[in-house]
Amino acid sequence: MAGLSFSLPKRWQSASIWALYVVGLLPAVWTFYLGATDQLGADPVKTFELFLGLWTIRFLILTLAVSPARDFFGWNYLRYRRALGLLTFYYALMHFTVYMVLDQALDLSAVLDDVLKRPFIMFGMGALALLVPLAVTSNNFSIRRLGPNWVRLHRLVYIVAAAGAVHFALSTKILDLEQYIYVGLIILLILYRSWRPIARSRKRGQGRQRSATAAV
Amino acid sequence: AAALSVIESKYKVDEKATSLKDITTYNNFYEFGLDKGDPAALSGNFKPLPWTIKVDGMVNKPGTFDVEALMKEFPIENRTYRMRCVEAWSMVIPWDGFPLASLLDKVEPLGSAKYVAFETVVRPDEMPGQKGIFQSLDWPYVEGLRLDEARHPLTLLAVGLYGQTLPNQNGAPIRLVVPWKYGFKGIKSIVRITLTDKEPKNTWQVTNSQEYGFYANVNPEVDHPRWSQASERRIGESGFFGASRHPTLPFNGYADEVASLYSGMDLRKNF
Repeated sequence: MAGLSFSLPKRWQSASIWALYVVGLLPAVWTFYLGATDQLGADPVKTFELFLGLWTIRFLILTLAVSPARDFFGWNYLRYRRALGLLTFYYALMHFTVYMVLDQALDLSAVLDDVLKRPFIMFGMGALALLVPLAVTSNNFSIRRLGPNWVRLHRLVYIVAAAGAVHFALSTKILDLEQYIYVGLIILLILYRSWRPIARSRKRGQGRQRSATAAV
Repeated sequence: AAALSVIESKYKVDEKATSLKDITTYNNFYEFGLDKGDPAALSGNFKPLPWTIKVDGMVNKPGTFDVEALMKEFPIENRTYRMRCVEAWSMVIPWDGFPLASLLDKVEPLGSAKYVAFETVVRPDEMPGQKGIFQSLDWPYVEGLRLDEARHPLTLLAVGLYGQTLPNQNGAPIRLVVPWKYGFKGIKSIVRITLTDKEPKNTWQVTNSQEYGFYANVNPEVDHPRWSQASERRIGESGFFGASRHPTLPFNGYADEVASLYSGMDLRKNF
């Protein structure tokens, strides 16, 4: 099943990661251009804000899908996971910035009121806050430095995913089909993460039994 | 849209009207889809004429009225109202229509009638949002007013916009406009009006009673559970930068005319 795992020549690999950053940021840049030149419809600020939020969810799902894609299909995109995670963070940060600057016009008391009073905003803000330590420790130095703690710390992404999904589900008057699909995918990915260690240890157990039988 | 012959009225807010383009491309009309652009894009097959409205319930003279006949019978007034959506955006809209009271007088409500219930058309073949596995709301869309609210001179049955008959996406051929209430009270494409003695259901209250009530008066003091109602984004005036939020006014700026309707009521409970 490894057929679809394309492997680039080694010297192109880091270039392909940089290309992912560029391509990943293009939707934001293009939509910003449309908004700045008044081509984003009647409510450009809201449209841009929701657009950035939606792309945060999309990159979050892609980030979480890297391991299951390898487990199920043998596609190995592990080298792109850091870029996908960071793109999730950048989009979340832009989403927050647009809310803060363009939507609320830097009215800090209104923002504070939102954060303290409204679960809808709390979930979003909590998810963004938890993404910060993940983004800060996404470099090789931190991985070496933190060792096994790095893995533990980065399990936070599942809390981020759950909070992000709740925030996304609460963002409209009623859920539309698209939201059901995105939220459903996030739930599946979280469930997969909690099921995977069980599946693995069972597999290991079976392997051991088999080799024991063979030895007899 | 056909041209209407319209008379001026005293009801004109002193603010710049939102452009026809924005009023007709940024709509909540879930019968055609959930996106703001869906009603303009997907309402092309909707046939607003001929059209009749059935008026029944607690009235002396129930009847079914042809909308084009009503438009000839009652003078069509131009009224420029503020429109405040519950989602915290707003417009200024030059409606053309006649007071709901004119139609109510015609059917002579009984003394026992206390409320007015409204119903939108159900036409899955012409309204894509009413078709398919995924249906956003229970159809028909229903709304209601207290009889004194319904009789208030500000309460309008709109049949036009900017001097032309209503585009499909704005609720053709006839819709309700209650300018001191959130926009969702302005039920569109009305086919039935019923006088009753019980508080009628309205679609959004049925869908989520925590967040939407029967009255839905614009009130900067009573937040929506998920966002503040203290201010609003005025559609079409701001662009991307220099977007300024307007403070939301009690009763959407119509407090002088309508606040007395609610004297003694707790507006936090009756939201």
